[in-house]
Amino acid sequence: MSLRIFVSRDAGAVAVGADEVALALQRAAGSRGADIEIVRTGSRGLYWQEPMIEVATPKGRVAFGPVMESDAVSVLDAMMSGGAHPLLLGIADEIPWLKRQTRLTFARCGVIDPRSVEDYRAHDGYKGLERALTLGPDAILADVTASGLRGRGGAGFPTGIKWKTVAQTSADRKYIVCNADEGDSGTFADRMIMEGDPFVVIEGMTIAGIAVGASKGYIYIRSEYPHAVAAMNAAIAAARRAGYLGARLGGSAHSFDLEVRVGAGAYVCGEETSLLESLEGRRGIVRAKPPLPAHKGLFGKPTVINNVLSFAAIPFILAGGAKAYADFGIGRSRGTMPIQLAGNIKRGGLFEVAFGITLGELVDDVGGGTFTGRPVRAVQVGGPLGAYFPRELFDTPFDYEAFAARDGLIGHGGIVVFDDSVDMSKQARFAMEFCAIESCGKCTPCRIGSTRGVETIDKIRAGERVAENIAVVEDLCNTMKFGSLCALGGFTPYPVMSALKHFREDFGPAPTRLQAAE
Amino acid sequence: MPAYEPWDAARGAEIIAEHACLEGATLVMLHALQQTFGYVPEPAIPMIASALNLSRAEVHGVFTFYHDFRHEPAGRHVLKLCRAEACQAAGGDALAARAEARLGIALGNTTADERTTLEPIYCLGLCATAPSAMLDGRLVGRLDEARIDALLAEAQR
Repeated sequence: MSLRIFVSRDAGAVAVGADEVALALQRAAGSRGADIEIVRTGSRGLYWQEPMIEVATPKGRVAFGPVMESDAVSVLDAMMSGGAHPLLLGIADEIPWLKRQTRLTFARCGVIDPRSVEDYRAHDGYKGLERALTLGPDAILADVTASGLRGRGGAGFPTGIKWKTVAQTSADRKYIVCNADEGDSGTFADRMIMEGDPFVVIEGMTIAGIAVGASKGYIYIRSEYPHAVAAMNAAIAAARRAGYLGARLGGSAHSFDLEVRVGAGAYVCGEETSLLESLEGRRGIVRAKPPLPAHKGLFGKPTVINNVLSFAAIPFILAGGAKAYADFGIGRSRGTMPIQLAGNIKRGGLFEVAFGITLGELVDDVGGGTFTGRPVRAVQVGGPLGAYFPRELFDTPFDYEAFAARDGLIGHGGIVVFDDSVDMSKQARFAMEFCAIESCGKCTPCRIGSTRGVETIDKIRAGERVAENIAVVEDLCNTMKFGSLCALGGFTPYPVMSALKHFREDFGPAPTRLQAAE
Repeated sequence: MPAYEPWDAARGAEIIAEHACLEGATLVMLHALQQTFGYVPEPAIPMIASALNLSRAEVHGVFTFYHDFRHEPAGRHVLKLCRAEACQAAGGDALAARAEARLGIALGNTTADERTTLEPIYCLGLCATAPSAMLDGRLVGRLDEARIDALLAEAQR
């Protein structure tokens, strides 16, 4: 009997040797005359266990990890005999870190073969689309609204309202655009789902097309994600062959097709209007709103532009899960959030869970603290534009409003952990520096303010008139916050101001000592 | 190590024509040219402009806006080190400094022997296996001193 072995093809697993392990397993099987079939899946998201490999058994899939090339022979022996092994993790679905999660969007990620429509369908894929085709646009919109889904890119705008606006705007052409320009450091959920379950994104976008009357969609993927680009292109071709994209899709009267476009290394293109400019073949300069993309978006036509995770949440919702989805979460943050634990963390990876879990639970309990074993000093939540939180704020529940109330944001759900060796004035400087590098240049406070910010923080770090220069930075942040069109200039003050507020001791010598020195 | 073709105007025109029917094709063309020639040769800019009925200035503006596009060939190997926060938290600063010292160049430059281009990159999405790098398109995570040294040796070949 053939042994089915699952090895991740996720970029994060490949970066730590998954390809080599797959080859070594094949070689080991060859030398033993064992009959094995290697299925390349996405990642389950337990990155500290990658390369994590699984074998199908009558009791379920049994996992091993982290498996290095040199472990392949002994792991294969353990798989064949069912015996013990130091890297044995047990039944994959029973691993506590995985079992604790509520995987709605990522249910199939790491489980199925991301190149196979059949595998996707065998795991409840395309049920949402099938139901959507019987419902029609109005009922689809009602379901999306009822689910309480808010844009997962960071802004948290209600998806149902966005779609309804596009549906109600008449035009000869409309577009669906998927924002896969996941530039925030500490985030990788978009990459993971595109590589591990690309059909769920395609299905979500197709449903959006039917709901608003659009027949063409674009997925704008950043160039730093070549594996995701390849996975999406392969999945689009497979969906087309299976009749799920193109004219009369799924046997219906609807037509919808998709095209992948690749970014070119501009962080600001993750901002939706800048992304639209880039898709149109121009410099990624932010547009003023209004008009909203829902009214005048891509090529001036009404456009639904959503993050990868927003589209990926749709198939579950449309498969009859709107109420179930809305039942998860707290306050106005409904459903689940795929949270990404990153940086200096012991157990980093993707943790999908209902809104409401606290920051402390995520960092200490789920993440296990730092990888270096030193105390956690700060965490940055929500990417380069997110605030730095100290331990004192670890009781903050993961919820759009709760983070906003504490001058932070959840953004795209990335949490980067720093230990006590971090210099927070350096991190504040980096926030300004990054803004200076990536500013599109349209708004003066962002374009010039970020450079002045770097210079002023350098003065503070050198101990030069610390109190006065801190006042300058605060003033600068205020100007950037209110004088920039988009989140790049508008939110760069979050990491800077939070570092100043919570980690004041890192900004130059204390004022009294400085005066003495002068 | 990727193999590139030397610039050839007829080949360039062919690549541009191949994508001329796409909506908003400028970036697609620039990517395709760079993939073939290793950079975007200057004569290609007016060719794109005329194919898309744009001004030369507009195409130049797009070309210079994006970090990815090169106006001259890179070194034989391109080593990109992630310099974003998650990799900083995991010790990326020291590794970047080590790479700069070993190669004798600052990030964003090419060695004098044109073997190695060292560049910063802002996030490869490998933030749970940080610090990470990309050598000629190949991803490497969980970098430490030994791993970066091995990458540097490879990048200097």
